[in-house]
Amino acid sequence: MAKIQLNGKKITIKSKSTIMDLLIKYNLNNKKIAIEHNGTIIPKLKYKKKHLKNDDRLEIVHFIGGG
Amino acid sequence: MVKLKNDFLKISNTKLKSRLIVGTGKYKNFKETAEAVKASGTDMVTVAVRRVNIIDKRKPMLTDYLNQKKIKLLPNTAGCYTSDEALRTLRLAREMGGWKLVKLEVLGDKKTLYPNMIETIFATKILVKEGFKVMVYCTDNPLLAKKLEDCGASAIMPLASPIGSGLGFQNTENISLIIKKAKVPVIVDAGIGTASDATIAMELGCDGVLINSAIANSKKPTLMARAFKDAVISGRNAFLAGRMKKNLLASPSSPIKGLI
Repeated sequence: MAKIQLNGKKITIKSKSTIMDLLIKYNLNNKKIAIEHNGTIIPKLKYKKKHLKNDDRLEIVHFIGGG
Repeated sequence: MVKLKNDFLKISNTKLKSRLIVGTGKYKNFKETAEAVKASGTDMVTVAVRRVNIIDKRKPMLTDYLNQKKIKLLPNTAGCYTSDEALRTLRLAREMGGWKLVKLEVLGDKKTLYPNMIETIFATKILVKEGFKVMVYCTDNPLLAKKLEDCGASAIMPLASPIGSGLGFQNTENISLIIKKAKVPVIVDAGIGTASDATIAMELGCDGVLINSAIANSKKPTLMARAFKDAVISGRNAFLAGRMKKNLLASPSSPIKGLI
């Protein structure tokens, strides 16, 4: 198990989970989001390869209504 | 004569048929947003970048309600108070869908939401270097507007009055000065309160207007969206037609000759 911070909330995930595993778990369409991992933007092509470890900070964002 | 069919709004390489850009904030729900956007006839809407709600998996997304084949999304940095926050937001937006055309706004004060022009100019320079096409929200100061253009801004977006205030124009003379000097499109961004304000903007010679609160906060957003569509077209036509000169005294409309 690994404890990470996702969008400011502490969550526990399986060890060696990838970003893609997380997107599937949360039912998120990778075409409609962007991800920052420990302050660095991760290109979509790397979601399957990027493994998450303890204390990682992940931000997943999308477009919402705004001026 | 300028044919309206060919009267596109061209921002960098993006051609828009409508000179009205619509913001998607403050609506009751996505259905109301979609209806207002459709009624406005716009082909570009602004969107904000925010955290995904990870708790509610089924929560609908705004992008599900907009036909992106017809409507271009313009990512915006609303809510950012530093150039770092704005840069972070727009880099994420670019990763989301490959957008290069973006709207930059760096706010300076929570009460007035006036732009922080020092941070705005700084961020514009960096974004231009990184290949972004930047439409920049700014004060109505003609010198600063020109400075943004010199820094490579793709469009200048001066405020009419504070964001969401609905006060309309506070300084049309400054907007006119900005238009006179600008070689890139000038799009009035904030403070428009009702349809006639948009007509004034277009009659002044603005290339477009961006409206959010005036539509979303009206009692019937879809009807107000239609009013803005017509107002922008009317203002543009009046600008292209060229208004008559103002005279101090009357001038009869009917000939004097042949009076009985």
